[in-house]
Amino acid sequence: MTFTLLQSLWSIVVLVTFLGIVFWAYSSKRKQAFDEAANLPFDDEPSKDSDQPFPQNKDSSE
Amino acid sequence: MTNTETYNYKVVRQFSIMTIVWGLVGMSVGVLIAAQLAWPVLNFDIPWLTFGRLRPLHTNAVIFAFGGCSLFACSYYVVQHTCHVKLAFPALAAFTFWGWQAVIVLAAITLPMGFTSSKEYAELEWPIDILITLVWVSYAVVFFGTIMRRRVSHIYVANWFFGAFIITVAVLHVFNSAAIPVSMWKSYSAYAGVQDAMVQWWYGHNAVGFFLTAGFLGIMYYFVPKQAGRPVYSYRLSVVHFWALIFTYIWAGPHHLHYTALPDWAQSLGMIMSLILLAPSWGGMINGIMTLSGAWHKLRTDPVLRLLVVSISFYGMSTFEGPMMAIKTVNALSHYTDWTIGHVHSGALGWVALVTMGAMYYLIPRMYGRELYSLKLVEMHFWSATIGIVLYIASMWVAGIMQGLMWRAINEDGTLTYSFVESVQAMHPYYIVRTFGGAFFLFGAIVMAYNLWRTIANATPVEVEIPAPASAH
Repeated sequence: MTFTLLQSLWSIVVLVTFLGIVFWAYSSKRKQAFDEAANLPFDDEPSKDSDQPFPQNKDSSE
Repeated sequence: MTNTETYNYKVVRQFSIMTIVWGLVGMSVGVLIAAQLAWPVLNFDIPWLTFGRLRPLHTNAVIFAFGGCSLFACSYYVVQHTCHVKLAFPALAAFTFWGWQAVIVLAAITLPMGFTSSKEYAELEWPIDILITLVWVSYAVVFFGTIMRRRVSHIYVANWFFGAFIITVAVLHVFNSAAIPVSMWKSYSAYAGVQDAMVQWWYGHNAVGFFLTAGFLGIMYYFVPKQAGRPVYSYRLSVVHFWALIFTYIWAGPHHLHYTALPDWAQSLGMIMSLILLAPSWGGMINGIMTLSGAWHKLRTDPVLRLLVVSISFYGMSTFEGPMMAIKTVNALSHYTDWTIGHVHSGALGWVALVTMGAMYYLIPRMYGRELYSLKLVEMHFWSATIGIVLYIASMWVAGIMQGLMWRAINEDGTLTYSFVESVQAMHPYYIVRTFGGAFFLFGAIVMAYNLWRTIANATPVEVEIPAPASAH
């Protein structure tokens, strides 16, 4: 095992990891969890200054 | 745990107010040194007022004092609000405030005296570097300690960006500042030659990438949705944005060393990674701006939101310009010219400062339970700042490209067409325009400081109870 080979393998590992993250993020299983996560900043102000109590974002309208 | 616990707003308040104070100081020094370049007599022949000493004071004050205090304030606020828990280790949090102010004061004393390690954006000498390390480790303990005590299972994306910023800056600082001290205020870098240059720009570019980008993206991902009253455009995109940025940024540093002793392959790697970086940067920009979809009308009535959205536009603009300038052939023209200075300021004034100011307009009134004193003044600030940025970057584009062209112009017999001093002379009108641009921006900041001061004058700080998280999380 040369250092160059290790470097090449590492590049592939990192790329595959990243692609894995992309597929994970866009899988339909994660949709609801991410919709809830997107609304975390509004959790501390229970719909007092908004006419839409649960605002929607792009992901939830798909 | 009962719900009667309150947020730790004290440390947020302290850092917010010092953000404004250091912003005024750092920007004033910036305007002074811009004026010195136009009218050199302004250094009054006093050594500690010369450009060489005040320039690092300016960069340290705006990046680490103004930008740093705002990152502390915003991250401490956001982590408490999105984790539904009080800040961990209050004594340590107080230490981060006083320790960071001590670092800033020491910088303001030692830099004009001429004590410098000569590493750009890391000029402070070793005793101050050690203090920075102590403060930063405490910051990490407080921030991650709070994350660990969170009462919701999900860690909101803004906290991911803050967390990456804290960890990476710690690593960058420790490795780049490694030095052999020879006396109290003098040390030599632990690295030599081209390795030293590469470590320096690995640090330098990632200071841009993690201090000035990831940290402020954390601010964007919380304050833009809050001010717009809408969740982020796509949470999935924000996850991909985060990881793409983390995987890519760390490799971009060599573009600061094109056509130097650095091996060609390393230069090319830096160039390619800088070009790839355009994708996550613009993904993040689109995510920030599109958060307003369906709420565009708010821009007409809400100047704070406008400040935030324009900051994201400048983020998009400078992250397009950056990769272009990292291309070796473009860099052959742009490097060492004022184009670089213009590029840095389109990011620093347009993105970092405006997003910070937007967040401060949100944060400071809330710390005192008040409404902003005047939206008209925010409007005035917005226009003054925008005009200032445009004057600044447009004059530096022209100046920089002209410089680059003059330096490379060659007569038929192979001699240089222009002497260096001729290129300096040609800069004079642009340096004057730049000074006015900076002055416009500073004026806007003064208006902001007045507005916020009127907002909180005679007000008492509020204690806010931490609401229980919604059961869904």
